[in-house]
Amino acid sequence: MSAILSVSGINKSFGGLKALNDVNLQVEENSIHAIIGPNGAGKSTFLNALIGRLIPDSGTATFLGKSLIGQQPQAINQMGVSRVFQTPEIFGELSLLENVMIPALAHADGAFKANWWTNLHDRKSVREAAERELHDVGLESKMYEIADNLSRGDKRRLELAMCLSQDPKLLLLDEPTAGMSRADTNEIIEVLKTIHAKGMTKVIIEHDMHVVFSLASRISCMAQGHVIEEGTPDEIRNSPKVREAYLGDEADEH
Amino acid sequence: MRSTDYLMILIFAAVMLTMPLWGPLIDAGYPDIMQRFAVFGLIAVGFNLLFGLTGYLSFGHAAFLGVGSYTAVWSFKLFTMDVIPAIIASTIMGGVVALILGFVALRRSGIYFSILTLAFAQMMYSLAYSVLTPLTNGETGLQLALDDPRIIDRAMGINPESGLPSTSFLGFGVTSGDNNLLGYWICAVIAILGFYIALRINRSSFGIMLRGIKSNQTRMSYTGLSARPYLITVFVISGMYAGLAGGLLAAVDPLAGAERMYWTASGEIVLMTILGGVGTMFGPILGAGIIKWLEAKLSTFNESVVEHALAFLPDSIEHSISVVVSKFVGEGWHLSLGIIFMLIVIFLPGGVMEGLQRLTRLVGFGKKHSQGDAAVRAPAE
Repeated sequence: MSAILSVSGINKSFGGLKALNDVNLQVEENSIHAIIGPNGAGKSTFLNALIGRLIPDSGTATFLGKSLIGQQPQAINQMGVSRVFQTPEIFGELSLLENVMIPALAHADGAFKANWWTNLHDRKSVREAAERELHDVGLESKMYEIADNLSRGDKRRLELAMCLSQDPKLLLLDEPTAGMSRADTNEIIEVLKTIHAKGMTKVIIEHDMHVVFSLASRISCMAQGHVIEEGTPDEIRNSPKVREAYLGDEADEH
Repeated sequence: MRSTDYLMILIFAAVMLTMPLWGPLIDAGYPDIMQRFAVFGLIAVGFNLLFGLTGYLSFGHAAFLGVGSYTAVWSFKLFTMDVIPAIIASTIMGGVVALILGFVALRRSGIYFSILTLAFAQMMYSLAYSVLTPLTNGETGLQLALDDPRIIDRAMGINPESGLPSTSFLGFGVTSGDNNLLGYWICAVIAILGFYIALRINRSSFGIMLRGIKSNQTRMSYTGLSARPYLITVFVISGMYAGLAGGLLAAVDPLAGAERMYWTASGEIVLMTILGGVGTMFGPILGAGIIKWLEAKLSTFNESVVEHALAFLPDSIEHSISVVVSKFVGEGWHLSLGIIFMLIVIFLPGGVMEGLQRLTRLVGFGKKHSQGDAAVRAPAE
């Protein structure tokens, strides 16, 4: 197994605050790599640095041999990196089907294509891909509803379907189950496991240890902008450093 | 395209092509006002592609309209009085100017974009009166002259026997003769084509991207899409619609003045679209029709017309009422327009189209064809 994403020495400061402090991370191809850590540990900031939302002060991030640093967000996505945000970023006024067709079109047509004569619904393969992903996340029956009317949990599922429709090589998930009921959470875990069988690398930020330990093959623990420990789930569970920094009593519960 | 889309085009085409028949019923059966319906309907459709789909509110569309008119008149002066090359040239020029403005203004969004477009249009207006006077003929406006070169016409031996030439379409006079409807037919057919193209864009994968930009631009970029080229493309298309409309105005009346580019002209286009219903297919056309009809009717009323209409009232009451009413007609017709606009925006944020939808739901509950009826009736208002 080789590293699909290799990050080394990433630093980012906001004023006097060191949000990311020499972050190093290797993500193996076809693995599910979880990043855990207490609030404010720099997990989301780290993802932002990967997708072009912010530019780190120093360090390198290489995805499939190409640098991600300084690239435009759309260029990074076109390289095969999709992200599910902590607060779902969806097209609120559009139908679910349209929501998923936009990323599917972006995958099929690239960053810009002025295809202003072909009807949207005549793009059969794109439409089928969108319907398939909606089916996978269990939203097929709501295909023609307006996205804004969905519940919080359904919005997360929709965003997941949007990312999956691009068939990304690397999927970044920022707390995909936050605010969801246990039943819904389990369903998302199942979806993620199913798509994992198809072969897709995932980096997942999660507070819910139930999700982390059911999915992750490798876990990194961040605290104060730094990766303090990395290992298999069992190693993390038994690491005194992690216990001290974050898990505390929670580790005993699971 | 779905069958409802074809139905929409059929309805629109039918309404436009039968206008000389139903126009007289609303006192609008003469070519001048029907041409205005078609031309401003066209510009509103183009404006709606930009504003309705992407949410980018341009306050500079009159600049493209003006550029289109000047281009068309120059085409008449330099080459030929035929309208075909003139409107092709004005469409292209509208697109070129939109490309330049779009390249600059689309760096910003929201209110900043609106202000940039407004500033640009005002700059064009001022330039037309100052440094560009060799091109625009300043305050007099650009007009035909007896000694215009008209290279193509002269080479083909076409020359008016006396006086200024009039525009023509493949040899048929567009403006000559009383109640000549050729000018209207040209405008109507182009408006139908413009409507059809706008509908195609609306339903295309390009159109859905534009609606994505309106809805969530953050998601667009993290979905691998560059918003800017999409925005510039639709801005240019929209500018071409406005340029074409300007060309048509010149085709039916071959003179061009800078007042066509004044900011109130841009505001009027915005008003038409919002009044009719932003983002709907028929709304902007309807809004254009309503405003142009009100302009034609209310602005010609004067105090004596009002007094005549109120003659049945006792003199003392009649006088006081007519003093108030006369402020809202004639030159003050914008007052009436302002009131109508406020009422619509407050009570029907979706414009007249929303009103019609509510009405059909109220009246024809359960009737299948009520929607179609509304659309047919609509442009007649």
